[in-house]
Amino acid sequence: MSEEVFDRGRRTISGCGLSGMMSLTGERVDGRAIRASIALLHERSNGLGGGFAAYGIYPERRDHFALHIMYDTDEARRRTESALEDDFDVAQDERIPTRPHPGIVNPPSLMRYFVLPRASRLEEDGATAEDYVLARVMRVNAEISDAFVFSSGKNMGAFKAVGYAEDIAAFFRLDEYEAYIWIAHGRFPTNTPGWWAGAHPFTLLDWAVVHNGEISSYGINRRYLEMFNYQCTMRTDTEVMAYLLDLLIRRHELPVEVACDVLAAPFWEQIERMPEERRRLYSALRQVYGGALVNGPFAIIFARHGEMVGLNDRIKLRPLVAARKDSWLYLSSEESGIRAMCARPDLVWAPRAGQPVIGRLGSEVVAGEPAHGGRIAVGQEATSE
Amino acid sequence: MRIDASDLHYRDLNRRIREAAAAGTKSFDLLNVNGQRYIGDGIAGAEVEIDIHGVPGNDLGAFMDGPTIRVHGNAQDAVANTMNAGRIIVDGHAGDVLGYGMRGGELLVRGKVGYRVGIHMKAYRGRRPVIVAGGTAGDFLGEYMAGGLLIVLGLETTNGEPLIGDWCATGMHGGAIYLRGEVDPRQVASNFADLRAADAEDLQDIRESVEAFCEAFSLDAGRILGDGFMRVGPISHRPYGAKYAA
Repeated sequence: MSEEVFDRGRRTISGCGLSGMMSLTGERVDGRAIRASIALLHERSNGLGGGFAAYGIYPERRDHFALHIMYDTDEARRRTESALEDDFDVAQDERIPTRPHPGIVNPPSLMRYFVLPRASRLEEDGATAEDYVLARVMRVNAEISDAFVFSSGKNMGAFKAVGYAEDIAAFFRLDEYEAYIWIAHGRFPTNTPGWWAGAHPFTLLDWAVVHNGEISSYGINRRYLEMFNYQCTMRTDTEVMAYLLDLLIRRHELPVEVACDVLAAPFWEQIERMPEERRRLYSALRQVYGGALVNGPFAIIFARHGEMVGLNDRIKLRPLVAARKDSWLYLSSEESGIRAMCARPDLVWAPRAGQPVIGRLGSEVVAGEPAHGGRIAVGQEATSE
Repeated sequence: MRIDASDLHYRDLNRRIREAAAAGTKSFDLLNVNGQRYIGDGIAGAEVEIDIHGVPGNDLGAFMDGPTIRVHGNAQDAVANTMNAGRIIVDGHAGDVLGYGMRGGELLVRGKVGYRVGIHMKAYRGRRPVIVAGGTAGDFLGEYMAGGLLIVLGLETTNGEPLIGDWCATGMHGGAIYLRGEVDPRQVASNFADLRAADAEDLQDIRESVEAFCEAFSLDAGRILGDGFMRVGPISHRPYGAKYAA
């Protein structure tokens, strides 16, 4: 990737915008609602990046890994495709359909490949298909300059760019995809550059994460992840979050709730007050996974197939609101962002610091939903003249 | 004056309000509000009334100096930021960082409030800002509080739902916080603040504000004031005085 850095001469005080929606029954909808939500949060971003992840969009290729790759040069594309030909059976390759948009300037070449690991190589490797793909994604991103794999899951995809999120949705024609989970991000880069591969979501396999905040533990997290063969190449702190989720949940098989307790660990003074059994668990988690604790202010939405999760840092230094309507779970930086997707939610609530909201496919019960009513919307009758 | 705020950008909406208020309009009905920021910011004049239908965006009533705003619904973050005078009434719930640096006026929220409510609110030349929350509050209530009055009533809470979160009164050095109901003393920053039962004189101190709250929401003030309140007050007016300068 030509690491062209965009800076529109603006450093307006703001914060990133996040939105997410999930059908707990797997009903798929197109990208118009999520676009409306992130468009409403326009003021939270500054045009230096945005993106979406969508789950369930490639049902006709559901068993293939869908690689979305951006290239800045033909040479990068040749080298990458040659590597893909060696390692994978490529069932289909094509340009990612786009529609020119005045807000999206100088796009790189955007390709997608539906692939399966070559059986003979996979056997030689002795790895799982996921770890095989992971290793090759890391290799392209670290070793081939001007090429970035920005999506590598099955039956899902990430779409991201420099620009405003609502323009990016139009550019990638997201009204033509149907997904049962959509997550979105409008970016306001603070300490790191605005560039195409550095836009959110950050993905790996079918993980996607969007983030508002700053990870002050980035250096510690990055070194910790390097011990497990994850290489950080995107020059943006959020990248570590995607790899930590993959490490903790897929490879170490921690339950999602426990992984959230690692990322947003309770303070020692809170652990001291816990009953004996919980105290032992949380002490052990902090001791074993100190390198995975994410410090600094954050609100994140992350997803993989079958799950969408919202999580705040442990003292809630960034906003996050949740809502339910029928079989849908909604998350957003602001309640108004939710109402842009869903005008009349049944229940709206503010998740507590460090306590995840977890929607699971096939379950009407959302973890983190307030047991005693929470923040029920009142007096919200839509009025018009 | 009625304004349909559907798809209206906050700059256009607020310009219309400011221009009409400057021309003498006293009453505003804002319909279909969703997420527009900065409504009522910097508007002066005790006679101005703004009714908001929908969910106003962040920084509602910032720097406001006199008007009354009523939100027929929920509000988001940073309501009454550095507000000088006037009254904001929220029929639903409100978010985080309410009343940041607030210097005067009242914020009355019928439901729950979020984190860092009343952060660094202060009394100023005879002005005394007041925030009353009808429901519960999140962590860091009254953080760095320098003056004014914070009241959490805990109405209609159910078993097990804490009245406030952790680290209440961290950095507190002025003002008073009143909490209606039981509080775990470990939730209050004991290095900054004292927690004790409110006495008759304290109840006199909050009577006017609780009555204003009850009037706004048609509740019985006598019954609410009859219940046990706890009071949180600062230990020192300069808690950091010895930290950086011996």
